[in-house]
Amino acid sequence: MTDVTTSSVSVPPGLAIAQALPDLMMPVKVRRGVVGFLRNNPTVAIGGALLAILVLIGIFAPYLGTVDPTAIAPAKRMRPPSELYWFGTDALGRDVYSRVLYGTRVSLTVGLSVAWLATLVGLAIGLVSGFVRWADGVIMRVMDGLMSIPPILLAIALMALTRGSVGNVIMAITVAEIPRVSRLVRGVVLSLREQPYVDAAIACGTRTPMIILRHILPNTLAPMLVQATYVCASAMIVEAILSFIGAGTPPTIPSWGNIMAEGRALWQVKPYIVFFPAAFLSVTVLAVNLVGDGLRDALDPRMAKNI
Amino acid sequence: MASYVLRRILVTIPVMAIVALFVFSLLYIAPGDPAAVIAGDQASPADVERIRQSLGLDQPFLVQFGGWLWRILHFDLGTSIFTNLPVTSMIAQRIEPTLSLMLLTLVMTLVVAVPLGVVAAWKAGSWIDRAIMAFAVSAFSLPVFVVGYVLAYVFALQLEWLPVQGYTPFSEGVWPWLQSLILPSIALGCVYIALIARITRASMLEVLQQDYIRTGRAKGLGQRDILFVHALKNAAVPIVTVIGIGVALLIGGAVVTESVFAIPGVGRLTVDAILRRDYPVIQGIVLMFSFLYTLVNLLVDLTYTLIDPRIRY
Repeated sequence: MTDVTTSSVSVPPGLAIAQALPDLMMPVKVRRGVVGFLRNNPTVAIGGALLAILVLIGIFAPYLGTVDPTAIAPAKRMRPPSELYWFGTDALGRDVYSRVLYGTRVSLTVGLSVAWLATLVGLAIGLVSGFVRWADGVIMRVMDGLMSIPPILLAIALMALTRGSVGNVIMAITVAEIPRVSRLVRGVVLSLREQPYVDAAIACGTRTPMIILRHILPNTLAPMLVQATYVCASAMIVEAILSFIGAGTPPTIPSWGNIMAEGRALWQVKPYIVFFPAAFLSVTVLAVNLVGDGLRDALDPRMAKNI
Repeated sequence: MASYVLRRILVTIPVMAIVALFVFSLLYIAPGDPAAVIAGDQASPADVERIRQSLGLDQPFLVQFGGWLWRILHFDLGTSIFTNLPVTSMIAQRIEPTLSLMLLTLVMTLVVAVPLGVVAAWKAGSWIDRAIMAFAVSAFSLPVFVVGYVLAYVFALQLEWLPVQGYTPFSEGVWPWLQSLILPSIALGCVYIALIARITRASMLEVLQQDYIRTGRAKGLGQRDILFVHALKNAAVPIVTVIGIGVALLIGGAVVTESVFAIPGVGRLTVDAILRRDYPVIQGIVLMFSFLYTLVNLLVDLTYTLIDPRIRY
């Protein structure tokens, strides 16, 4: 393809430099490796970079100039943001900066755990549904029923029946997310089963577990990965909502939803207590969504021919 | 047509039955002892036992479920543990603000999101398209309460254009009612607008590549006719589907929006019920909204046949 540029047609002066430096005229390079992938998909790179920073903030929260996020100091109540208290202090004198930074841990833990669990369980249910004919009808009716309950309400109902803890929040949100993942997997499995190479494998006498392992699973990975990022983003929002309305993590844990819930009564006079956790939550969710959108564009088979 | 409508309505009944069964079973499948959780940490064993009885946890599952289902069919959602009032009447008292909020948001979303999606598809690849899609991605990432607080801070506290919080009933005049709902609707609608603008754009892009669009251009149809008559009509099925699915976002978001703007609706009732661990109220609300959601999606399915005469099940 590069030969086109070296034809005998006279080159306009502006392009003369191009002939001198053939590298500049190279067609789009096939970039390989992680770095190459990121250069081809800037959205994933930007989202991934933001996310990496947030993960580091979460891991190194104790070393980033924070104090004990639960330490109460009544003498220093509701200080506005200053050099001493970067994000101010809340109604109990706790340092909002420290609380927000530690809150990163809760949000990321919930988001990633729900994404993993919902994907794994959804994958299992979807595979069974796609391969076991008699179970399909039953499973899908149950999933239809579950999907008819708005996810946040389902999570609220589950949280109302259990004690508030990070584990129970993860469980409640996972249950609410499973139906969507299983539906997606089932759809992919059903369309893959019609592929000629699956027929060929069956004709060769390959056993069903092997077909699932070698031919079905690898092809569900791309859509599952994209779906998992969206589940992660949605789980982080739902966790914040649950904590905000008092049905999430216990108030002793500094999660972004809890910080906002505590700032709610004061937000007209001290908006910063709500503002900082809100900003962190939005940026985190945006980062995850950017990664998801980028992966979708990169992995979508209809777009694949452009790569 | 009539037989299709009838069949579609009949299909909804088992789905609703599964919803009811599931919502009811939550009490049994939740880990730990729900009666003890609901009673709280300071409760005496007698209190726990009383709650266990009032929830019917001391009786066999099927007996309880049968009785509960029978009462639901008579619009009896049980009695609140905290106020001892029927849940149905508690919800009925609070339903007006919630339905107003949801309806207004729905209307506003459709008026804004569909044209945005159409324009983005029409100008695909241009800066307008990029701007609209960038807005959609960011709006999708902004949780309801974040948008709510920012809007309330700017337009109510700083500019003082609109009331900060509260709700004015419709009976006290259309304008005050509308004023009290403008900011909550925008906050609630943001995610929904993003979702519908995206699906409209995607669906329109696919339709705009069809041959009949080229034919329309060739015979000299105006841009507006092509976009809104020939293309949008054919792109409508996925859009309407997502409008139906997105109602779940509205329902979940309404709970939060009502808390941010102190609107005394069903969402506020939910939050109060959570704080008081009033499970029958939560159960009733979940069931009511799930049925509402199922009905909306039944309506959506039925409109398919109006939009696209080829669809016959």
